[in-house]
Amino acid sequence: MGEVIKVGMADLKTCLVPNTVTTLGLGSCVGVAIRDTQNKVGGLAHVMLPDSTAIKNSHLNVAKFADTGVAELVKQMEALGAVRRRMVAKIAGGAMMFTMQSKSETMQVGARNVEAVKAKLKELNIPILAEDTGLNYGRTVIFDPETGEFKIKTAGKGDKVI
Amino acid sequence: MGDLNLEQVSTQYMDVLKELGNIGAGNAMTALSQMLNCKVDMKVPQVELLDFKDVGAAMGGEEQVMVGVFLGVDGDITGSMLFLVEVEAAKHLINKMMPGMAQPGGELSEMECSAMQEIGNIITGAYLNSLAQITNLMIIPSPPALTVDMAAAILSVPAIEFGIYGDNILLIQSQFFDEVEIDGYFVLVPDIESYGKILSSLGISV
Repeated sequence: MGEVIKVGMADLKTCLVPNTVTTLGLGSCVGVAIRDTQNKVGGLAHVMLPDSTAIKNSHLNVAKFADTGVAELVKQMEALGAVRRRMVAKIAGGAMMFTMQSKSETMQVGARNVEAVKAKLKELNIPILAEDTGLNYGRTVIFDPETGEFKIKTAGKGDKVI
Repeated sequence: MGDLNLEQVSTQYMDVLKELGNIGAGNAMTALSQMLNCKVDMKVPQVELLDFKDVGAAMGGEEQVMVGVFLGVDGDITGSMLFLVEVEAAKHLINKMMPGMAQPGGELSEMECSAMQEIGNIITGAYLNSLAQITNLMIIPSPPALTVDMAAAILSVPAIEFGIYGDNILLIQSQFFDEVEIDGYFVLVPDIESYGKILSSLGISV
């Protein structure tokens, strides 16, 4: 058993076999797990917001946004020898944690995050093999780049592997 | 507002939010004590500006199951507010309000959820009322929504709103106790447009 690398909120990490990479308690944020199917270089990003271009900030944390976070993760994986055309992705999260009538834009941020991640992966030609997104509960995810298994744990809503 | 430096805004903004949070939490505890008809002691609230990656750890781990009461804020100030307590603490409060109702252990039942929603409503209502009084602004809270889930997942909601203009979240930890000690957390997130209004209402020039 390798080490379990922890990714925080608005954070991303690469991961090499035999290690695994995890992020705890994804809510409306989205966890994007990517790996090179051949040399097993992997990584996980925990993105919070869909679009970096909508926000003006001089000290931009690239991991915070779907567009820049996915691009940065791919870049860091390539630096470790991963090849873009062999990469595949799995995604989880993007829940709507509270059901409210008003505040539509804020409440839809989970869905918009999922959409933005999918758009970025499509642009980079990285196929999404599986997803567990939406609904109304939090998820902890653990990604094993060796097997590509993406384990999802919840508080009282069951666990699964996608 | 438009040409203000964002860094400078957030520093000043956070200071103001901190102070308002202190006052709000104090008022919330008074309201709680009146509703439960018992003496509720509280410690001076801890106000912390945390990096996103540290939020979960601040409340006993990202996966700590907690009860979150979330509401939107409208009126002169817009934004949202969140109140968080651990499940066992929530059950204790529910039992205080309606003796014998909450069963220890397990998830919250539908009745327990609705009782907790009411408690959350009163606590956050008192908090926001005190803010409205200090700032002389109209603040209209929406009906609260409740969820029981992992701390980090619940916190992602206000964190995302803070995330629009910074990399930190302002967390107010309010420790209160009658027989048992309860940790409650408040997160108030006014929208960036409300910032100028809050500051100028307090006589601070923007």
